[in-house]
Amino acid sequence: MAEKLLVNMRGITKTFYDIKANDNVNFDLKVGEVHALLGENGAGKSTLMSILCGLYQPDEGTIELEGREVVFHSPKDAIAQGIGIVHQHFMLVPSLTVWENMALGSAERNFTVKESATCARIRELSARYGLDVDPLSPVWQLSIGEQQRVAILRMLFHKAKILILDEPTSVLTPQETEKLFETVKHMKEEGFGIVFISHKLKEVFEISDRITVLRRGRVVGTLPAREVTAEKLAEMMVGSGGVGEIKVGVSRKPPGKPIFIAEEIRVRNDKGLVAVDGVSLTLRENQILGIAGVSGNGQGELAEALAGMRHIERGRLYFTVDDVTSASARRMVDLGVKYIPADRKGVGLVPNMNVAENVALRKYWRPPYKRGFFIDWDEVYRDSGCLIESYDILTPGIDVAVRMLSGGNQQKLILARELSDNMKVVIAMHPTWGLDVKATAFVREKLLAAKEEGGAVLLISEDLDELLMLSDLLAVMYRGKLMGTIEAPDRSHIEKIGLMMAGIASDGQGAKEEHD
Amino acid sequence: MIKIEKRFYISKGQELYIILASIILALLSGALMLGLMGVNPWEAYGMMLKGSLSDFYGISETLAKTIPLAMCSLAVGLAFTMVVWNIGAEGQFVMGALACTAFVRYFYTDSAIVMLVSMVLASSLAGGFWGAFAGFLKARWNVNEIITTLMMNYIAILLLQYFVYGSWRDPTSLGFPMTPVFPESARLPQFFASRVHAGLFFALIVALILWIVVRKGVWGYEIRVSGQNPRAADYAGIKSARNVILVMFLSGAIAGLAGMAEMAGLHRRLQPGFAVGYGYTAIIIAWLARLHPFTIIFVSFFFGALFVGGENLQIAMRLPLSTVQILQGLILFFLLGGEFFRSYRISLTFKKR
Repeated sequence: MAEKLLVNMRGITKTFYDIKANDNVNFDLKVGEVHALLGENGAGKSTLMSILCGLYQPDEGTIELEGREVVFHSPKDAIAQGIGIVHQHFMLVPSLTVWENMALGSAERNFTVKESATCARIRELSARYGLDVDPLSPVWQLSIGEQQRVAILRMLFHKAKILILDEPTSVLTPQETEKLFETVKHMKEEGFGIVFISHKLKEVFEISDRITVLRRGRVVGTLPAREVTAEKLAEMMVGSGGVGEIKVGVSRKPPGKPIFIAEEIRVRNDKGLVAVDGVSLTLRENQILGIAGVSGNGQGELAEALAGMRHIERGRLYFTVDDVTSASARRMVDLGVKYIPADRKGVGLVPNMNVAENVALRKYWRPPYKRGFFIDWDEVYRDSGCLIESYDILTPGIDVAVRMLSGGNQQKLILARELSDNMKVVIAMHPTWGLDVKATAFVREKLLAAKEEGGAVLLISEDLDELLMLSDLLAVMYRGKLMGTIEAPDRSHIEKIGLMMAGIASDGQGAKEEHD
Repeated sequence: MIKIEKRFYISKGQELYIILASIILALLSGALMLGLMGVNPWEAYGMMLKGSLSDFYGISETLAKTIPLAMCSLAVGLAFTMVVWNIGAEGQFVMGALACTAFVRYFYTDSAIVMLVSMVLASSLAGGFWGAFAGFLKARWNVNEIITTLMMNYIAILLLQYFVYGSWRDPTSLGFPMTPVFPESARLPQFFASRVHAGLFFALIVALILWIVVRKGVWGYEIRVSGQNPRAADYAGIKSARNVILVMFLSGAIAGLAGMAEMAGLHRRLQPGFAVGYGYTAIIIAWLARLHPFTIIFVSFFFGALFVGGENLQIAMRLPLSTVQILQGLILFFLLGGEFFRSYRISLTFKKR
């Protein structure tokens, strides 16, 4: 008998409306192993994992757990068999405390909830796996990293032996990521089986024992992590001749004149707390200013304020010489200040409306789209057709609801709408979040092209590699303040950036904590 | 093995199939109920069909019911387009009737044009403000419009009773709570010696206008965006708060206009029993018609036939009113139950080896 297989999925096929999301997929997981699942969006990773955790039933194929064949009728069955998934969005109830979240959906159905017993078990588990968290604090007060720990703890609490981590690092600082990896390694030693879903090749190498690459619903290959190179993996993911490194820094034009200037602006968040606290920045033509930072440090509020969507309480905002401190979102668009929001489906698009209706979203109030009281849909459809072609947007048609499009194509649609005409300033927030390799490269190229065309770009991201690759200038945001700027940033600055992200200022700038 | 899965997409054909299947299932279970009551169900259904759709009288009665149903459904359908839950069409309908009756009472003139135009305006404004008030509360303080519109229905109905039992009561009515009959100039014409009145054109015109405005117009686009994704509406610079008030005003105005048509075209006097829940049935109609103005007209006709057929069942087969209400309830039950199959797919599979 060879090594014991924790999970053995054989010949899994799942069809959605004639599209084979999984086509005869084999996947297994050994005791004490981290098995990475790589692939572009739509490659079938999430379908496969949804089958493993009972959300879907496969059309064909079998699942064996420790040699026994199982059939899951619902996620409950899978949880009962020790399979736990930690989603990108943690599916916690924010208004409840940590222990209450744990007690929710617990396998043991009791009429009463046992606070002290639950808390004791949580403390024991968190001590054992290095997942620090206070069982009594409400979830909404926790940072993203802490919430993730809660989500993992919840799976351990439910006695999971098999843990699926879906893009776990996308919301973490480098330091938090390191801590997560320590936990993962520790769990590995204790005999857990861990499935690690990611796009970030570097992390996949660091943490996994084996890597399975999926493409278009099929397994391209399963390889030991030690035996492959990043290039090989990238090629497996996108097929032959896909990626193409972006050339950066080759045709760097010198930065032009300042065009969008914020002076000491202060902005409050939805809860009424100061989220942006006296930020000053200058965007110049032909320049990309990157802003790094852990999410929730005021980046979202800053982006919204600059896009005219959030009230600027104090300070001034100028577009060239015009004061646009209180300009509306619409005025900003008319001036050429474009915004690529972080939340594609929640803000940037209307998922239930079709491609043309989404193309019209940010210019329908002007001719040629607006004609009197009506919208000239023929014109919008014509434009949409052109944009679909020039931005290579994959869609079954113009009158298809954009929720049917993949994440990459949704983002391309937003880029097409925002960048295709009258673009002077671009505020891009997490523009490649959750996108596959190809779409990520496409978005980055478009941002660079916008800069080459004279655009002033503000790039807010959590992906340091991306920021280093694209930015001419890099600032770090921490608790609503900018923690100093680095010119021509590269990998040698990573440690410094990491410290700044944790609130430790470089060169004595910024860090003073002034709160009212 | 039975599998239940969420649907990503549903075709028009499947949608129609679900609706037809729901209606058939409702009729079958209704047949069971009728059979248990000792009535031949097929005879009863035949009677309903005969009463509502088989002859000129039946069809005209069905049309007369279609008018208020269609207009109230168009009214709530407009609000639902923006995902504003106007449950208050009933009250707005009553306010429209009250306003036009007030006009007849206090500003009567001989000229039919002046009279009818001012009644239209008065009832639309009254219904409109009744709706806009709830819209304002929602826009300003985010007060739940379901609660406010519902509560305002009771206010409207009690106001109606206050007037018909009080100062507006016809002194010659032998004590019945009703106003005097409207004079000639305050009546909408009826056609072909039936109770079908010119309000039918109101319904058709409103449907056409709504179709143009909502599907083609700039403003219609804005309210659809606001309804589907309020944060995307902010992103597009759409003033959602103002649009909520406007939508509620227009929605109320259409329902108010329906009240005027019902008064001037059908009843020709105000009496307490004229509002029989059209405003509530409208919610179901608008929903079944997927908020599409023209579909609303057809679905309203179907519901009109259900009402009229039910009345015939009462008269011809001596069935109690509650039987008819149960039948109508069953149809609604199955139609709404069919909604589940719009969002979920159920399939039977046999394990392959």
